[in-house]
Amino acid sequence: MSSSTLDRPTPPDEAALQALFDATIAAGHRIEPRDWMPEGYRKTLVRQIAQHAHSEIIGMQPEGDWLLAAPSLRRKAILLAKVQDEAGHGMYLYSAAETLGADRADLTDKLIEGKQKYSSIFNYPTLTYADVGVIGWLVDGAAICNQVPLCRSSYGPYARAMIRVCKEESFHQRQGYELLLTMMSGTPEQRAMVQDAVDRWWWPSLMMFGPPDDDSPNSAQSMAWGIKRHSNDELRQRYVDMSVPQAEALGVTFPDPELSYDAETGHYRFGAIDWEEFKQVISGHGPANAERIARRRAARDDNAWVLEAATAYAAKQEAAA
Amino acid sequence: MAHEETVYEALDHAHGGEGHWAFGTGFDEPLAGVDTTVPDGVDPAELGEYCLMLGDDALVLAQRLTEWITASPELEEEVAVANVALDLLGQARLLLARAGSVGVLGRSRELATGSIPDEDALAYFRDADEFRNTALVAAPNGDFAQTIVRLLVAATVRLAVFARLRESRDPVLAAIAAKGVHELAYHRDHAARWLLRLGDGTAESHRRAQDGVDAVWPLLADVFSATDLERRLTAAGVAVDPSSTREEVRSVLTEVLERATLRLPEWPAEAPPRGRLGEHGPEVAELLGALQGLARQHPAATW
Repeated sequence: MSSSTLDRPTPPDEAALQALFDATIAAGHRIEPRDWMPEGYRKTLVRQIAQHAHSEIIGMQPEGDWLLAAPSLRRKAILLAKVQDEAGHGMYLYSAAETLGADRADLTDKLIEGKQKYSSIFNYPTLTYADVGVIGWLVDGAAICNQVPLCRSSYGPYARAMIRVCKEESFHQRQGYELLLTMMSGTPEQRAMVQDAVDRWWWPSLMMFGPPDDDSPNSAQSMAWGIKRHSNDELRQRYVDMSVPQAEALGVTFPDPELSYDAETGHYRFGAIDWEEFKQVISGHGPANAERIARRRAARDDNAWVLEAATAYAAKQEAAA
Repeated sequence: MAHEETVYEALDHAHGGEGHWAFGTGFDEPLAGVDTTVPDGVDPAELGEYCLMLGDDALVLAQRLTEWITASPELEEEVAVANVALDLLGQARLLLARAGSVGVLGRSRELATGSIPDEDALAYFRDADEFRNTALVAAPNGDFAQTIVRLLVAATVRLAVFARLRESRDPVLAAIAAKGVHELAYHRDHAARWLLRLGDGTAESHRRAQDGVDAVWPLLADVFSATDLERRLTAAGVAVDPSSTREEVRSVLTEVLERATLRLPEWPAEAPPRGRLGEHGPEVAELLGALQGLARQHPAATW
């Protein structure tokens, strides 16, 4: 859809705009910021993109907790660059949300006030340095499975943001896996650390794909709009199928006695996910929810005077010009 | 579906391109392929000690700046602070590796096992009394204004030293300096731009910026004081006597403070270079505790 449709002397009525929008989606073409779009589409996108941006920013914290203590200078540099990338992803995604009329500061306020969510995975603590590797391998791996289809999202700015984000995420995943490989060839304590971290992160990583399809109220509309391309359960299965051979290569096991290969379907079967835990964590009762939000709030509030100064300075410069 | 699997495949496997690695994160030894011959007439032990002075300044300041990650005023500043810290960490790695390459490892090898590279043995297995950094880089951050003032001062001093160090007779130091000046010029510029905004922003930011200046200025006391070792290496054409940078640093800082509408404090009386000789306040041991704790818990581990 091109913006020229909106420049006609007599604006077309809503039904015609809706028909054009529907045709654009049906043809697999992209909606761009100045195109007409239904209000529900806009709201759903803002919610989803903001949630994604918040996840990037909150996601800096669990790994950031190891920045000062990273056990080699090379690992410190890798982790610092990764956390920096996450800040970059957040900026990029907030910008995509701003093309829909949202405002970054306002979205951040909503996050801090608990009115918008972020990925519940980041409410788990990072207990050892192996967690840094497992987050890269499993959490970023799950994120990639979720996000690669979004590179074809119907909304142009989001799709383009996701292409760049996915490239960097896949790089982070490789780095995380490489850390784990190194640790697995290290001391017995290091190997035990890796298995322990895998045991703690495996189930939460499966929850990253969201509730099962029969309990995912918004999914159908999002798929019809081309915002979402595959169901939660489809993506979850793809992630499991991808991860099991990687675990074998690494020499770790997943904490699921029911995990087994089904030759008939060509997929791995896995045990039941504890959705009660998922609901607890997403509704604010995870191990680190309060701490994550408190730190984000402190960054905003403790430094509010810095942004006021920058604004005041800019105004003075403009007045003097 | 097929299309996506191709996309995924491409993302998963096609990035052998090392262009995606941030500087300093590569698998190679930092000095791989560099001629590490010590120039004629230079004592390798003294060259190594000098590399520790410059390397420790960078490592300690990188660690301080990293404390800001997830606590910065804006996302753009998270990215910028991480950039500066990564640059300094990269400089530290090269300088510590250079010290190790000429055999200067202090007592670090008493604790670190053979599989640990020199840069990590030096960073993680020396105690505070073997660190050669100045008090300027080790002081706690304070608020954002004080952090910015310290970064401005430290980057200005280091840039002045590195600009001269490009002429060093040691090819490794000359190469590290040639790369470093571009980074340090950015660090200084970033800090100066912020200080203009804070100094000439609101009443509160002006007060905080002035407090930051007043807190950081006394730390300039020993920054220009040369050790005997630095004097000897300067005479040999390898090092830079920090006292030769004093006027340039003063003039840059004076200009920035004036433009930022801030009052220039008295220049502190010159003090002996205690930090360069391993005499530090308790903040260095504290900083090293956070840096070294995990590595020391697992001295036989490889990461």
